[in-house]
Amino acid sequence: MTVVQPPDPTVPVELGEPILDLLTGFIIQLRSAGLPVSLTENLDAMEAVKHVPLSDRDTFKYALASTLVKHHNHWKAFETVFEVYFSLRGPEYDIVDESDLPELDDEEHDEPDSGDQAGAGAGDNLTPEELQEMLYRALMRGDQPMMRGVARQAVKRYAGMEPGRPVGGTYYLYRTLRNLDLDGILERLLEQDQDTDDDPPSDFEERLRRDEYQERIDKFQKEIEAEIRRRLVADRGIEAMAKTLRKPLPEDVDFMHASREEMASLRKAIYPLTRKLASRLSRKRRHGRKGPLDFRSTVRHSLSYGGVPVEPKFRNPRPHKPEIFVIADISGSVAAFARFTLHLVYAISGQFSKVRSFVFIDGLDEVTTYFEGVEDINEAVHRVNSEADVVWVDGHSDYGHALGVFWEKYGNEIGPRTSIMILGDARNNYHASESWIIKEMADKARNIHWLNPEPRSYWDTGDSIVGDYAQHCDGAYEVRNLRQLEAFVDKLV
Amino acid sequence: MSFNFADVAAVRDDLAKVDYLSDEAIAGVVFLAERLQKPILVEGPAGTGKTQLAKSVAEMTGSRLIRLQCYEGLDEAKALYEWNYKKQLLRIQTERADDHDWAEVSDDIFSDEFLLTRPLLEAISADDPVVLLIDEVDRVEVETEALLLEILSDYQVSIPELGTIVAKQIPLVFLTSNNTRELSEALKRRCLYLHIDYPDMEREKEIVLTKVPDITENLADQIARVVRSIRTIELKKAPSVSETIDWARTLMLLGVSQIDEKVATDTISVLLKYQSDIKKASKELSTADGLSA
Repeated sequence: MTVVQPPDPTVPVELGEPILDLLTGFIIQLRSAGLPVSLTENLDAMEAVKHVPLSDRDTFKYALASTLVKHHNHWKAFETVFEVYFSLRGPEYDIVDESDLPELDDEEHDEPDSGDQAGAGAGDNLTPEELQEMLYRALMRGDQPMMRGVARQAVKRYAGMEPGRPVGGTYYLYRTLRNLDLDGILERLLEQDQDTDDDPPSDFEERLRRDEYQERIDKFQKEIEAEIRRRLVADRGIEAMAKTLRKPLPEDVDFMHASREEMASLRKAIYPLTRKLASRLSRKRRHGRKGPLDFRSTVRHSLSYGGVPVEPKFRNPRPHKPEIFVIADISGSVAAFARFTLHLVYAISGQFSKVRSFVFIDGLDEVTTYFEGVEDINEAVHRVNSEADVVWVDGHSDYGHALGVFWEKYGNEIGPRTSIMILGDARNNYHASESWIIKEMADKARNIHWLNPEPRSYWDTGDSIVGDYAQHCDGAYEVRNLRQLEAFVDKLV
Repeated sequence: MSFNFADVAAVRDDLAKVDYLSDEAIAGVVFLAERLQKPILVEGPAGTGKTQLAKSVAEMTGSRLIRLQCYEGLDEAKALYEWNYKKQLLRIQTERADDHDWAEVSDDIFSDEFLLTRPLLEAISADDPVVLLIDEVDRVEVETEALLLEILSDYQVSIPELGTIVAKQIPLVFLTSNNTRELSEALKRRCLYLHIDYPDMEREKEIVLTKVPDITENLADQIARVVRSIRTIELKKAPSVSETIDWARTLMLLGVSQIDEKVATDTISVLLKYQSDIKKASKELSTADGLSA
């Protein structure tokens, strides 16, 4: 799509063709980013933008958001698409190369003590040290326009962006930040505060200050990201950029390949998810469940209808609360998956009569006690990772041996009410599979499920032997993201 | 619903006049809701002023607030309308004595006189401007949600015995949800969506300043900063705005003018409600390097 000129605010708010096209294109981008936008919502958005001034970027954005985004988790995806799609539209977002730091002149007049920088108005003439100094001062004052100016200058100078180069935005971001040394600046800001104070601040005050500066630095980093995005869009066009920047929604993030940032958003998403799941499950249990037909009672009641069983009577449902054994592989790549599943299972442990958990790499250890009586599941998971005795020889997954240990120690505790969940990718490093243990377990237990965080197409490739185990299980499931995990647990109960 | 807000800024100013400090998003959605005549679905963590928004909009526009508190087991009779059958019975008995025609009586007992209006019907049939607040809509069952659909999209209620009652004036509708379950697509589609999150530091400070009388700017600033720091820690339940205000009031009562570590850890139980959170936050706040994030 070609770049459309920013709409003239003096034009009366009539939906002209260009705007319609623009919105249609925007909605197509949203849909391909995975947001469910229905036709009515589309129409609502068109209606909504009629009522807001197009020159007001924020209002325009919220008008679109309130009509198109109906789920808070989708907000970030919406924002990314919005920023890319409308990044070159709007006067203050024009790319001006000559003088990136118009605010600088005024600043210098205010501050006589920085006379050595006077006249450095055009950002190009600054030395790297001066740029650093300006950033430091902008951060100290929390001066937003100046931060934006520095961000633009820094990207221009350090990112080394060349037209047409097929490199992702993160690479440019890394290059820019490497040259700016934000950690150093944070330390300097904190030290400077201590110099001006007479008595040294308590830890508490220092903590508050650090948070304050950290937030400003985060803001600055966002400015840099926005600047890089803007330049990339200018270079490659909107469609290409929207595609490269497209990120999966939190519920679709792959456990095994989540970045640190995505992990954080996953951790945030899991708590409301567990709450939702728990309330849904308990509701399911209360409603719509009838026990088997109570024959005696039905016949007795039929007497009042002359022996016709008009009103069938049912027994009270027997509360069916399974006992859950979770056996989780916590080696390297699948650890994150195990953590989320344990988290989820414990969060809804009220739905089960008992939950016991075991973790293994090549040895196996029971970790149930870590979860007992703790309010903070994160802490328990942390203890599992640091304290459990799971290494037998070399710390590479050995399913055969781990299962052997389990069978020997805990095998006779499996009863007909036990549901077993095994979490792992079954990449066994070419050790013996010992799949007979799974068969024995399946015979004793109520059911046994295998959850594999790998895509189904990778199963049984290389050293993965999930097929060997799965043939004895009641089911093997691909569980790569929260959506699939939720669906599985829902089915289990 | 002809309040006729001039533009988004005007909504924001008017809300500020009734002591509700909104931001761009909140004011923008309220403005649009009035223009598009659509209900607003407000989501967000507990205690961020979702219900208060509806109350404040009612106050701002001088309308009557009609509130429907949702709970599990809410049904038509509690939400929409109910026939006053005791009165109907009485009527039938008196009519029978006079030996009336049955058709006449049955027409008679299904008229306005015997209809008990419940919040939703009341909001529709009101003559004066009203703001309808459907609170915690996520508490009703999915099936009950369907009750709301007709009223939300067409502003009308169909009563089989009477016909369809169409709104005389279109009320401004707010639905709030704490997101304990996913609302149905059908409901979401009919609404504008607004997510109210914890406010940023500046706004929180302003809120404290407006809501707590006689508080100094300095103290409000410190309060906002401490609360922001606490929210960066991973907690079971982050402090909400209303808890911030409670904390500010507590500090005022204690006569504190400067928050130091001791004051903070002594009074933190006002902000946090879980023992594990309190422990964690106290520990975090007394370490300088903020490694929590």
